Amino acid sequence: MSFMKLTASTLAIAAVSATAAAARDNVQIAGSSTVLPYATIVAEAFGENFDFPTPVVESGGSSAGLKRFCEGVGPNTIDIANSSRPIREGEVAACAEAGVTDIIEVRIGYDGIVFASDIDGNSFEYTPEHWYKALAAEHFIDGELVPNTLTNWSEVDPSLPDQQIAAFIPGTKHGTREVFEEKVILAGCEQGGFFQAMLDAGVDEDTAEEKCMAIRTDGVSVDIDGDYTETLARIDSNKDGIGVFGLAFYENNTDKLQVATMSDVVPTTETISSGEYPVSRPLYFYIKKAHIGVIPGLKEFAEFFVSDEIAGPDGPLAAYGLVSDPELGDTQAGVMNEDTMNSAM
Amino acid sequence: MTDVIADGAPAGRHKGSLLAQDTRTKKRNAAEARFKIYGLFAICLGLLALVWLVTSIISNGAGAFQQTFVTLDVTLAEERLDKNGNRDPDDLRKVSTFGYAPLIAEAMEAKMTETGIAVEGLSAKDAAALVSKESPAQLRNFVLANPDQIGETVTFEFLAGGRIDGYLKGRVSMESAVRDSNVSPEQLMLTDAFVEAGVVEKRFNWLFLTAPDASGQRPEAAGLGVAIIGSFYMMLVVLVLALPIGVAASIYLEEFAPKNRVTDIIEVNISNLAAVPSIVFGILGLAIFINFAGLPQSAPIVGGLVLTLMTLPTIIIATRASLKSVPPSIREAALGVGASKMQTVFHHVLPLAAPGILTGTIIGLAQALGETAPLLLIGMVAFVREFPDGPPEGLFDPASALPVQVFNWTQRSDPAFVERASGAIIVLLIFLLIMNAVAIMLRRRFERRW
Repeated sequence: MSFMKLTASTLAIAAVSATAAAARDNVQIAGSSTVLPYATIVAEAFGENFDFPTPVVESGGSSAGLKRFCEGVGPNTIDIANSSRPIREGEVAACAEAGVTDIIEVRIGYDGIVFASDIDGNSFEYTPEHWYKALAAEHFIDGELVPNTLTNWSEVDPSLPDQQIAAFIPGTKHGTREVFEEKVILAGCEQGGFFQAMLDAGVDEDTAEEKCMAIRTDGVSVDIDGDYTETLARIDSNKDGIGVFGLAFYENNTDKLQVATMSDVVPTTETISSGEYPVSRPLYFYIKKAHIGVIPGLKEFAEFFVSDEIAGPDGPLAAYGLVSDPELGDTQAGVMNEDTMNSAM
Repeated sequence: MTDVIADGAPAGRHKGSLLAQDTRTKKRNAAEARFKIYGLFAICLGLLALVWLVTSIISNGAGAFQQTFVTLDVTLAEERLDKNGNRDPDDLRKVSTFGYAPLIAEAMEAKMTETGIAVEGLSAKDAAALVSKESPAQLRNFVLANPDQIGETVTFEFLAGGRIDGYLKGRVSMESAVRDSNVSPEQLMLTDAFVEAGVVEKRFNWLFLTAPDASGQRPEAAGLGVAIIGSFYMMLVVLVLALPIGVAASIYLEEFAPKNRVTDIIEVNISNLAAVPSIVFGILGLAIFINFAGLPQSAPIVGGLVLTLMTLPTIIIATRASLKSVPPSIREAALGVGASKMQTVFHHVLPLAAPGILTGTIIGLAQALGETAPLLLIGMVAFVREFPDGPPEGLFDPASALPVQVFNWTQRSDPAFVERASGAIIVLLIFLLIMNAVAIMLRRRFERRW
């Protein structure tokens, strides 16, 4: 008797859950914490202006979001993955294996990565080479690798102020770290001729690149695995600190932070969009095409996201710090035609 | 043997008076005094940390319960809102919030002329930025709900923008506004003038408790409404599931189960489960409830189920302890007058153990209320703006939770969210205090000591 009751109630729960699962009427989004503020702004405006419910936006990081995106097709999987980097081939393969074959890639704009320090401290004018010299684990001097012992910016370059090196850079789980290593550290290594020197000394290219991008671990550079708010708190308590921030975060905290120039360019939405400021990266979101038409409002949301009044240069996203994409028109057409990555390639 | 005592102190033991302390006694007393000081020091340290925590939270968060409002008379111009003039709801809907923003700018200009306030160097756009970006939506919802008001001039109370609100709360100053790209000193001067004119005023903020979350651009509009409902739904699920399951399991284990290897193993495992990190339950919940059973993501039902798993060991341990504390004589007396085992348990043992069980349950619930980690994996750490429906359907709608809201807000870039996050902590602490107070009250009132 009790076994029967138990079975019956289990079935009842299963039935309820099945109907609930099939009846999802809100768009479900997860992924990059860099894209999160933009996605929430759009979700909010979408909920206000359309009859569809406001989409649910989760954070968690680009990789985690794409992993969940690739779990499969169905109402209990997410519809959109936000990402601060392009999807990797391995992820596309994992997606395909789980049945997520048609993916629409949408580039929403660009994000600038800026270097900022306490507003009352010294101001800095950097080049990527400075950062390479300050943060590389080992320097290539006279044909051999010697551990980096620099502790003061003025030792890195006499033009920089006499201030201790204390860098707060994004941890390895962040997409920002990859951009930082590639566009700042590696670029500095190449600009300074260290990369070429290593190649000339007979080091093969991959190893040389790896050596260039190895960040010192002796405490001069601190990995921040949390968010920019943590980096800000660190700079607040260590006035010598220099932190790596997103442009949007800096723009919201201009009363506490001053921004450093990179190769004599001040980071603004204009200089980033023109490509003058070197450290930026595109932001994306990925849509599961199989969910369009199944989840109400999905396509409308994607179109709304890339529309001129939202993602354009005068829209709320640009006001928040997103560098709008000069080729937004192409993106709009792509979303409208539901161009998948396979068809585009 | 007696003569030894009669002789006085035994040989080898030093002589001394009870009134004068010898060195050894002094040493022992000193050790005791030292230990007391250590203990006192530990307590003071703990108290200091608590005071520090509470003052920092309250000083940061008290502002969240106050909100600055701007009163404006908005003319709902027909040519902007309803070009066809037929009040067709579908046509009205076509005007997006972007179409409503100019109305507010006009109303702001009108207010400045009416009160005779002029600030040099302040553009109309900046003046309009005094009110929250939430306002066009507020206006649009009003017009859609009352299409007959189009063409009229209606008085609205808008939220002031986050920086303006911060200025009246002392978070933003004229000096910081100079450096801040999001607010100008001219805007603050206008605010000052408006405060004098009574257009801008600060008062208690119910919206903080009732409004849903808002995006990073509108910290002033962000509230805890959805989070409170989500937390309430989860507690409901935990209570409905964990209490009966936990009590049944404990009664069986304590009163009926034979004492053998198997029950020993179960017992050890329950104690172990109580110490398992909560994130593990989140992983389990993701695998079982979402991936296998197909329950929706971000739903309080899944959160509740996960938290049920987490609180069950706590409830079972508390229940078993209170069942154990009922003296065997009660059971024996009941059995002696012919009650069956089940009657004994339900008529006599359980009522006497009830206060203990309730206390354990409430403490378990309080623990579950403050939990974030397991919710991370089941999609509840999210931006949710839609209110869930009433139960039971609402249990399957996306919702947030109180600790999750704190976690989310601390990550936002706008400094106004620091205040919101601390405010949310205060609300969470108040809930926890109430729950613990209820637990203590129940125990004081109904507990019997043997």
